[in-house]
Amino acid sequence: MIELKDLEVWYGRGADRRAAVQGVTLRLEAGESYGLVGESGSGKSTILCAVAGLARDWRGEIRVGGRARGRGRKSVFARQLQMVFQDPYGSLHPRHTVETTLAEPLHIQRLGGVTERVGAALDAVGLSGAFRYRYPHQLSGGQRQRVAIARALILKPKILLLDEPTSALDVSVQAEVLNLLVRLKEEFRLTYLFVSHDLGVVAHMCERFAVMQEGRIVEETEVGNLRRGALSHPFTRELRQAYGGYRRHG
Amino acid sequence: MAEVAIKSQDFRLKAWLLDDSPGSALQARLGRFYLGWRAFARNPLAMTGLAIVLALVIAAIFAPWLSEASPLEQALERRLEPPSAAHWLGTDPFGRDILSRILHGARITLYIVLLVTLLSAPFGLVVGCVAGYFGGWVDRALMRLTDVFLAFPKLILALALVAALGPGVENAVAAIALTAWPPYARIARAETLVIRESGYIDAARLQGASGARIIWKQVMPLCTSSLIVRVTLDMAGVILIAAGLGFLGLGAQPPEPEWGAMIAEGRRFIIDQWWVATMPGIAILIVSLGFNLLGDGLRDALDPRQR
Repeated sequence: MIELKDLEVWYGRGADRRAAVQGVTLRLEAGESYGLVGESGSGKSTILCAVAGLARDWRGEIRVGGRARGRGRKSVFARQLQMVFQDPYGSLHPRHTVETTLAEPLHIQRLGGVTERVGAALDAVGLSGAFRYRYPHQLSGGQRQRVAIARALILKPKILLLDEPTSALDVSVQAEVLNLLVRLKEEFRLTYLFVSHDLGVVAHMCERFAVMQEGRIVEETEVGNLRRGALSHPFTRELRQAYGGYRRHG
Repeated sequence: MAEVAIKSQDFRLKAWLLDDSPGSALQARLGRFYLGWRAFARNPLAMTGLAIVLALVIAAIFAPWLSEASPLEQALERRLEPPSAAHWLGTDPFGRDILSRILHGARITLYIVLLVTLLSAPFGLVVGCVAGYFGGWVDRALMRLTDVFLAFPKLILALALVAALGPGVENAVAAIALTAWPPYARIARAETLVIRESGYIDAARLQGASGARIIWKQVMPLCTSSLIVRVTLDMAGVILIAAGLGFLGLGAQPPEPEWGAMIAEGRRFIIDQWWVATMPGIAILIVSLGFNLLGDGLRDALDPRQR
C-alpha cells in the first residue's frame, strides 16, 4: 500500500538545510499496521508528513497504492489516505461545529449525501447525534480525537496515517481511542502507519514496526520479537529497557 | 401572573441558547453569539460605547424627524443665537439650528466611517491572509507594498490626495481608506502565520482543499475578530481625520453640515459665540469616545486568548 525508497526529507535551504529523514526504505502491505517508533526529533513524524504530502522538500520515491506521489499535493490522494494528528486541541477548527468539520471534506471532494455521511461517521467513532452541532470547546480531548478520526474516515480512505494519536490524552481515554482504532481497522479494512514514542502502544496496535534514530531506521522487526526480547540494535534494547522491561507490569 | 410567565419564557430561551447539545447549526451559532454578548454586556463601559454608537446610527437615520428645523435653510435674522428653548444648541452665523445640523452631520460621519471600513478592512484582510498563507515571494511582494503605504503619514497623504483629486466627501473617503488598510493587512498576516501551522489547516490540505478555499473557510473567520476590534478602535481616528479634512475645507463642502467644517465656521466667533464651534466639537468627542469604548469592549469579549 505504501512504499518508500531511499526517502530523504530535509528542512531549510542552503546553509540552514538540515536532514530530518535519511535513506528510509519501507513497505506496507494492505491491511497491515506498521509502527514507527523513536524519540522526538528522530524523524518519524516527518515521514508521515512526506507520505501525506505536507512536507515539500524530499527526495527518493513515495508510492501510495501503487501510484507515485509527485511534488505537489494531489487531490486524488485525498480519498486514498488521511491523517490523524497528535494534538486534538489544535487539529479542529475552533469556530467550526462538528458538523461543519465533518462536512467540509465532502464539499471539497464534491460528494453528496452530506447529512447521512456525517451521521454515519459520528456513529462509526461512537459519538451520538448530540455532538453534531457542538463546537470543539464543548468537547473533551478524547471526544475531539474521535471527531478528528471521523473526519479522517469520512472520505473512506484505505490508509490512515496516525501521528501519536493518543499521546495528548489521559491514560484511560488513550485505551478507549486505541480500541476504537483497532475496531475501525477491522470494520473498514484499513492500513495503518502508526507513529508513537510508546513501545507499549505500538505493540498493542501493530504487527511490525521500525525503530528510528536521528532520521534513520536502525531496526525493523515484528512485534513478536519485541516480546521475546530478540532485538538486534542496542538502541532498540535501550528503548525496551526504558519502557520498564516492557512486559513485566503489562 | 403574566410576569411569571414571561420570566419562565425568558428562562427557557436562555436554556435553549446555552444547550450543551444544540439541535441545529442555527442554535449552536446563536448560543455562541449569546455567550459573546453576555461577556460584552457585563462591561458597563463597553455598553456605554455601544449606546453612543447606536445613538449615532439612530441620529443619522431619523435626523429629519428628530429636529424640525432645516439644517440648510438660512435665516439671517436669528443668526448666532445662544442655546435656548427654541434652539437647544443655539444657531450658527447663518441662523441655522446647530442641533439640526449636528444630527444631519451624523449622516455624513457615519457615511464616511462605513465607507472607509467597507473599502479598507476587506482589502487589508485579503492582502494579509494571502501574504501570510502563501509566504515566499507573494508574502514579500505584498508586505513591501504594505510597508510603502504604511510609511506615509495618514493625514499628509490624505491631504495630498484630496488636493490632487479635489475636495469632497468621496475623495476624503478614498484618501482615508488608502491609508487605513496597511495595519489591517499586518494584523491579518500575523494571525495567519500562526493559524497556518495548525492541524486543521494540514487536515484541509490533505482533504484536497485549494489555497483559496483554505483562506476563505479556515483562515479568514479566525482573523476577523481581531480585525473587527482594530477597525472599531480605528473609527475614532477616521472620524478625526474626516473632521480634520472638513476643518481644512478639504472634506465635505458647505453648506453640508459636516462637523469639522462646522467647527471651522465657528472659529471666528469662538470668544463671543462659543457654542458655534463647541457643539460640533463635543459631538466629535462623544462619538470618538463611543467607538473607542466599543472597541475596547469588543476586544475583551472577542479575544480568543481570554476564552
